[in-house]
Amino acid sequence: MFRRIPIGALTGLVIATLFFLVAIFAQWIAPYGLGDIAGGVWEPISAKFLFGTDNLGRDLLSRMIYGAQTTILIAVLATLLSFSMGVILGFTAAVVGGWFDMLMSRFVDLLMAIPTLIFGLVVLSVLPSTLVTLILVMGILDATRVYRLSRVIASDLNVMDFVEAAKLRGEGKWWVIFAEILPNALSPLISELGLRFIYAVLFLSALSFLGLGVQPPAADWGGMVKENKDGIVFGIPAALIPAAAIAALAISVNLVADWILNRTTDLKGGRGNG
Amino acid sequence: MILALIAQRVALGILLLLAVSGLIFAGTQILPGDVAQSILGRSATPVALANLRAEMGLNDPADVRYFHWLFSILHGDLGTALTSKLDIATSIKERLWNTLFLAFWAAMISVPVAVTLGLIAVRYRNGPIDKAISGFALASTSVPEFFIGYLLVYFFAVKFQFLPGISMVYEGMPFLDKMKAIALPCMTLTLGILAHMMRMTRAAILNVMQSAYIETAELKGLAAFDIIRRHAFPNAIAPIINVIMLNLAYLVVGVVVIEVIFVYPGMGQYLVDHVAKRDVPVVQAVGLIFAAVYISLNVVADVASILANPRLRHPR
Amino acid sequence: MVDEIRFLSERVAKGKLSRREFLGRAAVLGVSAVLANNLLAEAAWAEGPVKGGTLRAGLNGGQATDSLDPALIGFDVQFIFSRQWGEQLVELSADQELKPALAEEWGGSKDAKVWTFKIRKGVQFHNGKEMTPTDVLATMERHSDANSKSAVRALLQGIDKIAVDGQNVVFTLKDGNADFPFIMNDLHLVVQPNGGKDNPNEGIGTGPYKVTMNNPGVRLGGEKFANYWRDDRGFADQIEIIVINDGTARGSALQSGQVHMINRVDPKVVELLKRFPDITVRNAPGRSHSYFYCQCDTAPFDNNDLRLALKYAVDREEMVQKILAGYGSVGNDTYVNKLYPLFTEIEQRIYDPDKAAFHYKKSGHTGSLLLQISEVAFPSAVDAAQLYQQSAAKAGISIEVKREPADGYWDSVWGKVPFAGSSGAGRPTQDMFYSLMLQSKAVWNETHFFNDKFDQMLVQARSELDADKRKKLYADMGQLVREEGGAIIPMFADFIDATGPQVGGWVSDGNNQSMNGYALSKCWLQA
Repeated sequence: MFRRIPIGALTGLVIATLFFLVAIFAQWIAPYGLGDIAGGVWEPISAKFLFGTDNLGRDLLSRMIYGAQTTILIAVLATLLSFSMGVILGFTAAVVGGWFDMLMSRFVDLLMAIPTLIFGLVVLSVLPSTLVTLILVMGILDATRVYRLSRVIASDLNVMDFVEAAKLRGEGKWWVIFAEILPNALSPLISELGLRFIYAVLFLSALSFLGLGVQPPAADWGGMVKENKDGIVFGIPAALIPAAAIAALAISVNLVADWILNRTTDLKGGRGNG
Repeated sequence: MILALIAQRVALGILLLLAVSGLIFAGTQILPGDVAQSILGRSATPVALANLRAEMGLNDPADVRYFHWLFSILHGDLGTALTSKLDIATSIKERLWNTLFLAFWAAMISVPVAVTLGLIAVRYRNGPIDKAISGFALASTSVPEFFIGYLLVYFFAVKFQFLPGISMVYEGMPFLDKMKAIALPCMTLTLGILAHMMRMTRAAILNVMQSAYIETAELKGLAAFDIIRRHAFPNAIAPIINVIMLNLAYLVVGVVVIEVIFVYPGMGQYLVDHVAKRDVPVVQAVGLIFAAVYISLNVVADVASILANPRLRHPR
Repeated sequence: MVDEIRFLSERVAKGKLSRREFLGRAAVLGVSAVLANNLLAEAAWAEGPVKGGTLRAGLNGGQATDSLDPALIGFDVQFIFSRQWGEQLVELSADQELKPALAEEWGGSKDAKVWTFKIRKGVQFHNGKEMTPTDVLATMERHSDANSKSAVRALLQGIDKIAVDGQNVVFTLKDGNADFPFIMNDLHLVVQPNGGKDNPNEGIGTGPYKVTMNNPGVRLGGEKFANYWRDDRGFADQIEIIVINDGTARGSALQSGQVHMINRVDPKVVELLKRFPDITVRNAPGRSHSYFYCQCDTAPFDNNDLRLALKYAVDREEMVQKILAGYGSVGNDTYVNKLYPLFTEIEQRIYDPDKAAFHYKKSGHTGSLLLQISEVAFPSAVDAAQLYQQSAAKAGISIEVKREPADGYWDSVWGKVPFAGSSGAGRPTQDMFYSLMLQSKAVWNETHFFNDKFDQMLVQARSELDADKRKKLYADMGQLVREEGGAIIPMFADFIDATGPQVGGWVSDGNNQSMNGYALSKCWLQA
């Protein structure tokens, strides 16, 4: 099966795997400690500091490695949470319909109608700022978006002939959801999953922008872009490196997502696209 | 039937708005600190605090203040900001206009571009053009917005100096100057939301492309673009519209970071300033407007989905 | 040599020599950059200020919530704008001396209990009315009133009564205060028509510029007041403040010429900014200090050994180099520096991990200490806390840094938690500063420093008219705070502003940022 992996997806897979490995083994790979001040402020790239130093004179490479851990952990967990919540509730709402659909949809509308920023501000300044709170807040806020999309897709599918047929056969609701709707909704959902993952990374960086992100000296990549942003307009590359890392991660995850998307359509017996 | 359904959605929207106003109010109540404390900041002495609180009517019970406010708002009076003592409606009018102006142009550019790119990507799916489009869109979405913003500022405002780095707009500004002023934030926003809409267009159409009737169309010998345009696109429109509406809402309510970077006098910055100062009437007024924008865009999306999918018009 | 440098500076003023070349030659001649810059300003003055044009400043520290009421001034933009439209009775010169403004002259009784200010005649408010002693009286009444929310109220509490006597306003104090005239320089005490009792937000004062635009948090503007009473300021026809709270955006606005001057330049980018030939960085050593405080009455900080350990555990030099990029000076835990008129040098405390470890061991404390900090405590505060964490760790002291949200920091964290970050702008005199921060009953006694001996000396020094004795008292008080106080003060930060190529007339003034707030009035646009 692996012979069939196109070059793009392979690259994505390799880079993404590399990032995940770096994240897992951060403690053993990083040449310096997370908060160690090893040199001057914004030192250029050298043999001693492969990526140069940051706004406090810490080794940027080490910070990047630890940052991979923080970033990927939070983003993965938040995305998983938002997808499992959003998809299950969204499909259920579409299939069950009636008051459940009504109640859920309006509740989600209510949540979404409040600007994310205010929501984040209120919740994060009232609750203790720990990783768990952060993941919960991000996951729940994102779940509303996933819910809406899944519900739309599912209610579109719900009136399709094959679903009607299944219902007439007397299949239960859960069977309809998991056996009939889910496989057919996979491609837009997986495409969304890839993007949601990036958005989780970016939302995390926006929270860092507001001072609500992870606690120092730990930092996610978005937070590191922010720490070094003052150098950007003077052509200091320290902010470019974490930004490039976010982009690389995002693109490779999505290349993999695209590939899976194609594979699932293969599995479904539709016309192959590849 | 359709009209009744639409009317139902609109009515629901209004009810929702009311619920949101209550929720926002409750939210502002549990924020730590109060307006008097934030105005005086570090210079606050207990006596000065008590004096200011009394003067601002903060000692009334919360529900009294809420209903009083709701009552005035129904009469079109948004009240006066507790902090700057300026009329809220006047301040908001200008800022809302700015926000909508920027959102409008960002949408005018990004929506057609995103949908077109999505269509092209489907037409040449999995070819180099598709890959290039996806790659570019992904890259632009994948870096933090403020990073793109600063990068654009660095190149266009500092290095080559042909676009302003800060977007001052004011009333009576000539249209062309205004367009020039918002060029950079507009570009940043476009780059930020492009990929989401583009990818959803691509995915939704691809999904439809696997249906039997498309094969029929293909067998009929229709050109690839015609199939996409006439058969696939109309059937994929519901999720596309939904994603577009999400992004439009984002353009209105979620661009604080861009406003900070480009010093653009929009609603987001106005809201954040007042949240920080616990200026409840302003926060509520802005929150309500944001909610209204969001809810009406959603009603539009719902109605469009209903109109687009004939089967949904007759729910069982 | 001085003649040569003067000659050169005149050539710059006439446009025959570039600023850069001049500074280069001055350096060769061994003239300090500060002196050279001031010589330049002098020469530019001699050439005569240029009138007209619109002078624009891009400033940090403005919110959509800002009001024009001088009693509520709390942030940079409010302060700087108030300097353009309003004035106080007295002004502080760049070398910290009081100069007449709306008061022509003043004097105190022998026991420093009765102070008489002679109010200037022929000064007009922007609404056309003449400013009178009654307006001054009303202003003081409004700020010192029991119901006042003015930030200066605490300082005015020593006043027993105020009266108008002809062209004079007479203050009678409860106890003697040799520094009383300095209080009249407080930035909140802008003289308004009828003291602002009718409408404190109208923005009408006696300053060189009339308020023409007030779009809080966005743009503020003024036009030259035709009947302004003096001619040493107010050169541009119009002034404009554009609020730019983002440091990077401020820098780029200056580089691209959209504004002529900016405030609060991040020390880290100063060297980078200097690479642009058109931009001049203007830094002035000031009294503003960035620090950490702990509360002396809260465990575990009620142990003086722990406080001493914390004081020895901070690497002051490193802070000045890394956080301020060298644009500042080390602190000595006394809150005051040599910009205070009665300052006495006390032995500088330095980073000493061994001493820190010794005191830490003696204190008997174990476990980590929670330091709560936010970006708003002072610029780069979170970074500074991380440096502190590192330097303390070398002394075996474990500090846990917790970043609090910027929003609400001053309300719900500062002063409420035992160990946190803080900053202060300083005051023109030790008396004012200590009365506000360290007296047992002081309103901002964040360190919970309750020391009877200190309070006694403070009152004694206030009415002591012999300068030497006062100086000695303040030295003793400084020593006491240094040994027993709760503040760990690693650094004093310079005020760093920057100007574009067209700005003339800038002089260094360390009393506050932006030439003590007067830059927009006192500078001009060169052709």
